[in-house]
Order: sequence, then structure tokens, then C-alpha cells
Amino acid sequence: MSLDYTVDGQFNEGLIKEVVEVHPEKAGKKRARHLGTVKEGSDGNPTCGVKSNIKSVPGVMTQRGCAYAGAKGVVWGPIKDMVHISHGPVGCGHYSWSQRRNYFTGTVGIDSFVTMQITSDFQERDIVFGGDKNLDKMVDELETLFPLARGYSILSECPVGLIGDDIEAVAKKKANDTGKLVVPCRCEGFRGISQSLGHHIANDCIRDWILGKREQEWETGPYDVNLIADYNIGGDAWPSRKLLEEMGLRVIGSWTGDSTLAEIERAPKAKVNLIHCYRSMNYICRHMEETYGIPWIEYNFFGPTQIAKSLRKIAEFFDDTIKENAEKVIAKYQPLADAVIEKYKPRLDGKRVMLFVGGLRPRHTATAYEDLGMQVVGTGYEFAHNDDYQRTAHYLKEGTLVYDDASEFELEHFIEKIRPDLVGSGIKEKYGTQKMGVPFRQMHSWDYSGPYHGYDGFAVFARDMDRAINAPVWNKIKAPWKAA
Amino acid sequence: MPRQIAFYGKGGIGKSTTSQNTLAALVEMDQKILIVGCDPKADSTRLILNTKLQDTVLHLAAAAGSVEDLELEDVMKVGYKGIKCTEAGGPEPGVGCAGRGVITAINFLEENGAYEDVDYVSYDVLGDVVCGGFAMPIRENKAQEIYIVMSGEMMALYAANNISKGILKYAGSGGVRLGGLICNERQTDRELDLAETLAKKLNTQMIHFVPRDNIVQHAELRRQTVIQYKPESKQAEEYRTLARKIHANGGKGTIPTPISMEELEDMLLEFGIMKTEEQQLAELEAKEKNLCVAS
Repeated sequence: MSLDYTVDGQFNEGLIKEVVEVHPEKAGKKRARHLGTVKEGSDGNPTCGVKSNIKSVPGVMTQRGCAYAGAKGVVWGPIKDMVHISHGPVGCGHYSWSQRRNYFTGTVGIDSFVTMQITSDFQERDIVFGGDKNLDKMVDELETLFPLARGYSILSECPVGLIGDDIEAVAKKKANDTGKLVVPCRCEGFRGISQSLGHHIANDCIRDWILGKREQEWETGPYDVNLIADYNIGGDAWPSRKLLEEMGLRVIGSWTGDSTLAEIERAPKAKVNLIHCYRSMNYICRHMEETYGIPWIEYNFFGPTQIAKSLRKIAEFFDDTIKENAEKVIAKYQPLADAVIEKYKPRLDGKRVMLFVGGLRPRHTATAYEDLGMQVVGTGYEFAHNDDYQRTAHYLKEGTLVYDDASEFELEHFIEKIRPDLVGSGIKEKYGTQKMGVPFRQMHSWDYSGPYHGYDGFAVFARDMDRAINAPVWNKIKAPWKAA
Repeated sequence: MPRQIAFYGKGGIGKSTTSQNTLAALVEMDQKILIVGCDPKADSTRLILNTKLQDTVLHLAAAAGSVEDLELEDVMKVGYKGIKCTEAGGPEPGVGCAGRGVITAINFLEENGAYEDVDYVSYDVLGDVVCGGFAMPIRENKAQEIYIVMSGEMMALYAANNISKGILKYAGSGGVRLGGLICNERQTDRELDLAETLAKKLNTQMIHFVPRDNIVQHAELRRQTVIQYKPESKQAEEYRTLARKIHANGGKGTIPTPISMEELEDMLLEFGIMKTEEQQLAELEAKEKNLCVAS
């Protein structure tokens, strides 16, 4: 099912011109390359035609994060039975504390540590004399505090890279001392141009320090799969996992939402890797493909259309039993989805949405909105690469506005001129947009709601979008003196 | 405000020896002096204190917790004729950030009144100005004049030119000036001539030529300055002359005009310190020929 609607490409091209003109000539020229509309490309396929993964223009208010944010916040943070050490001054750990809402089962402080903030809290002394000794001692203390921790990650903050501490040597020593995995991760924030490099660095650390390092006793089965790059935000991985299990697959690893270190370690035993967030974990999938011969499949669990498509795509890889099961699962849940659509579509039909999120959702959620009768009129990523934009255009209608690494100014201008019925972006954009009188949902953290994945998640998604758009407050924003 | 001066120069050129001897001479002129050693080696005060090494600000701070836990008395020792001595200190080689240590230490000394009630503050800085931390004494409101200790050796001349670049960088924003070159004799060819030529090119003066004398080593072995060890010696008089010149040089520093690498190398060629590539190749060939003949 693909919703039929048109987007005014010419109007959007005009908007791009307006925001580019405001910049100094050189900056404007640079920004112009990151802004575009969906068009037919030279090969006949739709294309976004924007440049991406380039250093932000100095002076604009970019929404991007840093390598530490990508490595700690996204990849490492959700692994629940490891202690993740924010190595450096206290701020990085503190301000990224529990920001991603990665849900997990377990007991905090006993066998799970996701919501704890553990930092080496660098002082001036550590800068001048180096922080290695403290790190060494810290692991000893953590061993006493949390004997059930299965391992440690050392996530280095900027100063550690500047002063050249040898965290690898400490990691090796402490691995010997404790008999556990200790992983040093050089994710200093100044590296790279966005959080995206942090994902890559973290993937490389898993490759170099975890996979294949210890013998895995695991009885493999024919239907073993890994759920890759679902971080269980607001519980996303749980309805996803349920669907896969109902169709007869055995999820042996959930990367990294609600995962244990053991799940990460045994990943190479799987038959296939199923990857949701392509941007943050394609690296490790490629590595496992090259090294262990494990193929990988991209899927999309937002909204019933994409879910059904993905379940069939995944089932294609397996035998007829699984294929039949997939159909059974779809048949079982489609009525639930239909009921959701029946309830909310009349309230959301024709509503227009603009998105600006990280590296996956700007395309992955598009069809879910369309399932509810909504129209995606503009979308963009903070830190996507060229291969993400290649995967984006076919989700969108011709003429849709596409903005890469949009600045606060650009986004505000687009919202003001397009006046969509909903904007989906992050906390930094939320209140500004609402003050403009435009409904808003946080699409990084699900605005303290969720899950949004799977059929169960779709019901929550639809309800939340309805609540945002049709909240009675929006009828009250007209100035009383203008009403007269 | 005390007059603040700093000694820079290539590593091993004799900065600490020269500065301590000069300051010992300056104290004879009734000047009250504070030495701030800015080298993790912490050897800028040993000739004044007649001790092995002084406890440094950073090591004491590390032991106590942080610099906030220190008192000025903990880190300041009084040496020869009342010269106040402090050492910034820093990490062992290959660890941490010594540059940050210098910044921390200087800020601590300043905030805790070490600069009050003295006529001179003298910084003795690590040979290579590798990062911003070691440029701290050249920055705003720190040293007014920099004295570069150099000799007729090629690398010493390179270093002198580089340090001039550093001074030029901060000369605009702050009041730092180049006080002059101090030539510490190494007995290379035409050394005096070379030092004076470089000084001219850098828009400064060769303030004093300190002749080589073994008495300096004899004094150092006893952890003393020449002034203290043999006050009547000729060498002691040399340092007194240098001290008088520096004392009279207050406010007369200049903004340096560092020269390009090409210009510097031309100068070195002219003085026969550096050889042209042709010369080097010819010499190498001759040497190899000799070796063949010999075998």
C-alpha cells in the first residue's frame, strides 16, 4: 500500500534558495549541497541529490553529536551486564546519563548497569600526570562493587586522547587481573565530524576485542538469528523479537538493546544477521559476513506495511515452514493494525509531517505515517552517509524536501514556511517548534513513550501522533485580538 | 608589579645554569627574586638551593589531592641570599600533559601571592616550546622580556629563530618582547660574529657573550653557582656583567623579526656551519674512496 499524494517540489526549491541566500557566499554554497528535493535521477530512479557526512559549516547551529555520544550512548550503553566507564572529566558521562531510554530486564547495580553513570571523573592531576593509574584502580573498585559485572568498556573522552594515555595497556592488564573482557574504545569526541564515527569506532572495538576472543559453547540451531541495531528504546526490541520468535526464528543476540555480553560474543554462531539501524551497525554486519560468512538482511519494523514486507523478506531466507509462519504472523496481527488504522486514520488523514532525526528514522518511519494517511513532506538526517540517502529516495514522493545536517535556522525556516501538522525531531527542536504553534514529537527518544517497533509499537505510535496533532491546545493559540 | 623575565633556548644549551648564575649576580645588586622553574625535570633551582631537587608544585598537589589543597609555603623554598624558588614539575616522560602542568602551577603561584614583594620573577622554560603550556610565560601579563640562550651550533640557532616566532605571535596581544640573545660559548667557528649577525636579523641584540670556563662545571658538581663557589673568579664577573646588562635592559625589549628557513640556512651556509648538498655529496664520495683505498 502506498499512499497517493503530491509534494510541491517547486515551492520547496524556493525555500532552499531562501535559506541559502541568508548565509555568507562561501557558507551558502556549502550548505546548498546538503539541501535538495526528491527528483528522478539519471538512472531513472528517484534520488535525494544531497551531499552528506561532511564537516558542519562553522557558525551554524548544527544538531550533531560527537564520537563519544555515538560509541557510548548508542552502541555500548545498552549492553546491560557490562560496566561502561566514561573515562575523563565528569560532564560527558553526566549529560549522556540514561538519555537514550534503552530498556532492559535485570536488577540495576547487581547484574545490570545501563542506568548507572560510571566515570573516572578526571581532575587536573589526572590531566597532568595521566589517568592510567586511576583507571586501573577504578576497575579494581568496580570489581568489589559489582562482582557480577561481566566486563568493562572504557570509553575515552577528549582529554584522554589529547594527553595520550595508554588505555589499551590498562585494558589488557585488567583483563588479566579480572579474567573478564575489558574493552578500550578510542571514541574521543573531537574525532570525526559527528556521532557517526563513534558508531564505527565502537563496531571496530567489538570486532577487535570481543568477537572470536573466547571459545563459545553454543549449540547452534537452523533458525538462529541476531537482531542487530535495535537499541530497545522505550522497549522497541521486545515486540520485534516477539514477531521473529512467533515465526519460528530463535533470536540468539539482541544488539545491543537489552543485551548481555554473552549475546554479543556468540553472535558469529547465527545463521543470519537482521539489521534495523543500518547506519550504526552495518560495519559489524559486513565484518561478520566477511569473516564468518554470515549474510545480513535489512528490515523495517515501523508500521504494518513495512513490517509485513520485512517479515516476508526475512522468511525468504529460510525454509517453507518459516515462510508459512510469516504469513500466519502477518494474518494474526493485520487485524490489530487495521483496527488501529480504522481508529486513527480519520483523525490523521492528510496531515503533513516533517522529520529530522539521526541516521535511520527519517526514512524508516515514513511508511508508518503513510499507513495512517499522513504525508511526509520533508525529511533529513543529522549524520547519515551517502548510502543512507540512496536508501531514502524510494520512500519519498517526488518534490519532498530533503535536508542533511540541517541547522537550527534552516529547520525553523522550513517549518515556518511549510507549516506542517507535525514535526518529528529531537529535544533541541521540540520547544521552538511548539512555540511556533506546530505539534511536535521527539523521534529519538519517542518522547518518553514507546515502543514504536512491531505491530504492538504501531498502536502506540498511532496514539502518540494523534495526541500530538489533535491536542486541543492548538486551538487556543490564536491571539484573541486577532479573533475580532 | 615585579619585572618578569624568562629564559628560553634549545634543550641542553645551559639555560638553567646561565639563569641561576645571572640571578645569583642580580641578588648581589639587592634585587628580590622569585624563580619559577617550568620544566618537568625540575632542575631550575638546584644551584640556588644547593640541593638535589626541590619538591614541585605538581607533585605536592598530586599528593595532597589538588593545588587548592596547597599553601604557598609548601612549594616555595628560600635559597642563596634569599632567592625564592619554585618548581612547577610535571609527569614522568611519556605520560600525561606537562604543558597543562605549567599552566596550573603558574596560576597557582600567581593567585597565592608568590609574585608579591619581589623585584624579579624569572621563568626557566623547557627547551622545546612544544605546546601552549610552555608558551604560558610569553602570554599576556607574564614575562615582559625573553632572553634566548644560544650558541654557534646549528640547532641552537634554529631554536632561537623558532622561539622568536613564538614571541612575535604574542607580542601583538600582550607586552612580551625579546630582550636579547645570550651566547653561551661552545667554541664553534666565528661564534661571536654569528651570534651578532643573527641578533641583528632578529631585530635584537646579542646582550652578552658568556665564555666557556670549566669552573662552571666545578661549581655545578657542588650544586652551586659560580657566584657562590668562586665569587672572585673571572667567570663570576662575566655573570655579573650579564646581570647588570639585563637589569639595565628593562623596557628596552623589541618585537622580533624571525627569518624564514631559507634565510636562516643561507646564513648558516655563509658561516660554514651548514654545507651545501654538493659539498656534502663530494665529502661523502671522498670518504668512501678513502675507505676503499684503505681496504
